[in-house]
Formats: sequence, structure tokens, C-alpha cells
Amino acid sequence: MTWSLLIEQSFNGLQLGLMLFLMAVGVTLVFGIMRVINLAHGSMFMIGGYALVATFAATRSYWLAVPLALVAVLIVAAILEILVLRPLYKRELLDQVLATFGLTLFFNELVVVIWGRIPLNLTIPAFLDGHVEIFPGIAYPVYRLAITAVAVVVGVMLFWLITRTRLGALIRAGSDKREIVEALGVNIGLLYTLIFGLGAALAGLAGMMTGPLLSIESGMGDPILILTLVVIVIGGVGSVRGALVGGLLVGLFDTFSRVLIPQFFGVGAGSALVGMAVYVLMAIVLVFSRTGLFAAHRG
Amino acid sequence: MGLNRRTLLHAALLLIALAVPLTGNIYYTRFATQIAIYGMAALSVDLLLGFAGLVTFGQAAFFGVGAYAAGMLSVAGWTDAFIVWPAAVAVTMVCALVIGALALRTAGFQFIMVTLAFAQMIYYIGQSLRDYGGDNGFALPGRNHLDGLLTLRNHVTFYYVVLALLVLVLVVALRLVHSQFGMVIRGGRDNERRLAAIGFPPYRYKLVAFVIAGGIAGLAGALMANHASFVSPAIMSWQMSGELLAMVILGSPGTLIGPIFGAAIYLLFEQILSDYTEHWMLYFGPLLVVRVLFIREGLWGFLVRAFGAQEAPQAPPDLAGDAIPAASGSEGGGGR
Repeated sequence: MTWSLLIEQSFNGLQLGLMLFLMAVGVTLVFGIMRVINLAHGSMFMIGGYALVATFAATRSYWLAVPLALVAVLIVAAILEILVLRPLYKRELLDQVLATFGLTLFFNELVVVIWGRIPLNLTIPAFLDGHVEIFPGIAYPVYRLAITAVAVVVGVMLFWLITRTRLGALIRAGSDKREIVEALGVNIGLLYTLIFGLGAALAGLAGMMTGPLLSIESGMGDPILILTLVVIVIGGVGSVRGALVGGLLVGLFDTFSRVLIPQFFGVGAGSALVGMAVYVLMAIVLVFSRTGLFAAHRG
Repeated sequence: MGLNRRTLLHAALLLIALAVPLTGNIYYTRFATQIAIYGMAALSVDLLLGFAGLVTFGQAAFFGVGAYAAGMLSVAGWTDAFIVWPAAVAVTMVCALVIGALALRTAGFQFIMVTLAFAQMIYYIGQSLRDYGGDNGFALPGRNHLDGLLTLRNHVTFYYVVLALLVLVLVVALRLVHSQFGMVIRGGRDNERRLAAIGFPPYRYKLVAFVIAGGIAGLAGALMANHASFVSPAIMSWQMSGELLAMVILGSPGTLIGPIFGAAIYLLFEQILSDYTEHWMLYFGPLLVVRVLFIREGLWGFLVRAFGAQEAPQAPPDLAGDAIPAASGSEGGGGR
């Protein structure tokens, strides 16, 4: 393995890790605070991608299209939270799993009805096209660099929000002892909608930023959702810090196993092992800690 | 008298199942075969969900491992069902042992995610088997046969064999849940700490249940491979795990028969809706949400009640949910 490959793959892994972090924040906060398991989170990723396709087609400008698409995701999320999630807060896990699974089926089919089965493509914005030399002799796509930077900025803002603002204090308090927060007279309904919207927006943003690298198609959020769940199991449920560390671990581990394993084991056996790699990582973490690396709360 | 009515209801359903091939329409027979196979897989989910209180979102993995094992053995030239099917079950049980040993270290929310993740791992392994068609799957050279007894090439014969196996599995599972083992499993669902206190290690019992359920799903998978003469990774997708759960919930969890009934309803529903629209998931998804939010009792429970054949109240239809008090810890707390 050469230095250039190592650096390039580290950047790729970092980028995947940050995308997974953006996804995991929503799932982990929604479970940590509302005690709801949300399998429809992958749909938010997908809706982000499709919303950007639609808003970009309408405006022809990414500067307008991205905020508009984010608003669209937020609206969908608010409707979902009020119509479906709220009645689920007091239900058992099984009900939550089934209802949010039903939502995923619905959204996967809805985008087929609206946009058809043929995968759509988002083009990389012209000003982010091309490569840049990050180290002497190592060229890296500008676009990937840009979305990594955006994810870092969003992550920093998120930590600022959670550790330095009143809303963040409420979120932390809610994830520790939600009854006390309720008893203190906080409008818990509004707080829940905000948290759900925040998580959905981050997932939608991840979908939008990853969109040009993948194709926009029905079910595109499902594999990401499953990786996100692995991130949360590794990082610990309910912990934002766990989501970050878990995301980076899984992102880097997955990226490097894709490069290294075929080199050592050949393409045939290698491809099966590549698919297993992150799950083996999860199994190893589970052997040492049942609750993941950063368990946020007991219970 | 309740018992008699129940027996009558069971007998009536079995008669209907036995009579399907008499319609003479091979399409109906094949459809009934499909129902019986999915019913067996759903039953295995119910064993975990309704009795051990384990919400597994990865049962499709074992369904798939059974199908792949049977398919691969058939491709390799083994055609005797007496060898292939038990081998498929054994392979599946080994997988279930490894996955269960890890997954059962967790509970509630994490257990759901871990089973889902491991199932996805198996799915990706299936996808990466290039010699077996990768993503597209592979066709079996033909159905297995019961050596010296029957060829299964005839759809009606195959249906009766599947039905017989389903009834056998059902009877064994019913005996199992009413045995001491079953009581320990249910005890663990209701209160693990008390169970441990009276000397039963919950982890070991749950693991045994997980492995048995895996084996049943594996048998269903081997039958599925024979039914379709085709195996692809789609059989172990996460949607399949979700569908199996949905079948259990549509019927009634904790009844073992209910999930078979649920599988029939689910597949009929799929069939009818897809006659009207190619986008049947668009309607099914919201229906699932409605079922969860508004209809608290499964269809089997409803049918049994309508038939006046209620069980003693020892197994309320909603018992699956009570299994996870730890995970929904702060619920209750004084309502809204």
C-alpha cells in the first residue's frame, strides 16, 4: 500500500464516517430521548436526495436548491412526527419497529410512483468539479473534500448546540431523565418535534451530499440505515459522542477493509469477507461491551 | 367446551388446507405451498417474539441460509431430501448459535439492531457468492426427492409434504412451549431476574430457543428453495425479516398458529392488491401503521374470539410487547 493510497482512502473513510455520524445522530437522539426506534430514518436520507433532485430541477441553483430541499425534509419529518411517531412514544418496541418499517415500505414505493424506477443522477456542482492536490502528487476530488468540510462544520455546530445552548441542555436533560424535564414545565411535545426534525434534516443533508456520488433511487437509504445501526451499536445508544466515534470507526474500517482484504485474500473469498468486515467489528465490540463504547444512559 | 370449539376451528382450517389441491388448479396449490412455507418461517419468529419476548429483525437470514444450503447441496449433486433438508437445518442452527450467542448479550433496542445487522451481513455474503449467481441468485437443477419414497416433482405431492412438515413443526413447537422449557422461556420474557434467582440461567435458555427457531426457519428455507427451484439473496433481505414480523403481528403473536394464519392473510393481500396496482407497498405500508396504531389484537385472536373459542386468559394477544419493560422503561409515568 502506497502513501498516496493510504491518504486517499483515509479521506474516503473519514467522509463515509462523517456521513454515518450525521445519520446516527438522528436515530440515537430519537431513541435516547423519545425512546422510539425509527427504522424510517433511511427514508429521510432518500427523501433528502429526491428533494434535492426536485428543487434543483426547479431552481437550477444548488445555493437555492439545498435549503429548499432541507425545508422539504423538515416538513415531511414534522408531519411524520405528529401523525405517526407521537402515538408510538408510549408503545412497546415491537409496535415502533413495525410502524416505522411500514413507513419505509411506503416511502420506497412513493418515490417510485413519483419519480419512477429508473435511478436519477445528481450532477456535481460545477464549482466543486475536478480535483485538487491535497499533498504533493496526490489529487483528490474537490467535491468529496467539500462535503467532508460541510460535515465537519455541521458536526461542530451540533456539538455547540448540544453543549452550549438551552435547547442542547434540554436535549441532554431529556436523554437523562425525561420525566423531570416534563415536570419542569418544558413543552415536551415541541421539543420532540424539534429533535425529530433535527435528526431528519441531518439525514436528509447526508442524502443530499452523498447523492451525486451514488444514484438517487428507491431504497437507497436502506443500506445506509443498517450501517447506521451498526454505528449506534458500536458507539452506544443515545450518545452523540458515541455516534461520532462509532461513525468514524465504521467509516474507516469499512473503507480500508474494501481496499486491503481483496489484496490479501484475493477477489473471490475477499468479497465475502469485505461484506462481513464491519459486522465482525460490531461483534468484537459486543464481546467486550454489551452497551457499546459510550453508553449514554442506563436503562 | 372452549377447547372443543378450538379443536373444531383447527380441524376446519386443516381440512381447508388439505382440500386446496382438489380445486384442480395448480396455481392455487402452488400458492398454498407458498403460504405453508412462509407460515413455517413466521412460526419460527413467533417462537422468539411471542414466547421468549425477543423481537428479532433478522430471521430472514436463517430462512436464507437454509435455502442456500439446500440449493448449494442440490447443485453439488445431492438430491436426497433426507440428507439435504436435515443438513440445511443443521447448517442454519450452527449459524443461529454463533449469531445468537452474540446478539443475546444485548436486549431490547440493541437486540433488534444487532439481529438486523447480522442478517444484513449474511445477505452481503450471499450477494458476494459469484459462483452462485451473486445478486441474481441461482437455479436448482430440480427438486429434491424423498429417496425410496417419493419424487417431489409433482406440485400436489410437494404441497402435501410441506403441509405435513408444517403440521409436524407446529405440534412440536406447541409441545415445546408448554413443556418446562417453554415455561422457563416465558418466565424469562416476563421477568429475567426472578428466573435467574430460582436457578435458571436466562441466557442459555434464550440461546436454545434462538437456535431452535433458527432451525425451523432453515427448514422453511430449504423448502422454499425447492418450491421455487431458485435461490437469491432477496430471500434474506431486511424487507423479508420485516415481512415475517408483519405476518406474526397480522396473525397473533404468542399463538404459533396465528402467524401461519397471518402469513396466509399477508400473501393473499399481496396477491389481491398487486392485481390492482403494481405499487401495492404504497398501500400495505400505511396499513401496517394503521394495524399497529389502532388494532391492538391480531387477526387470529379476532377469529378465535368470533368463533367463541377463546383461550384461558393466560396468553393475551398483546403479550409480546410486555416482554421488553427494560427498553421502554420510562413509559407509564403518569400518561400525558
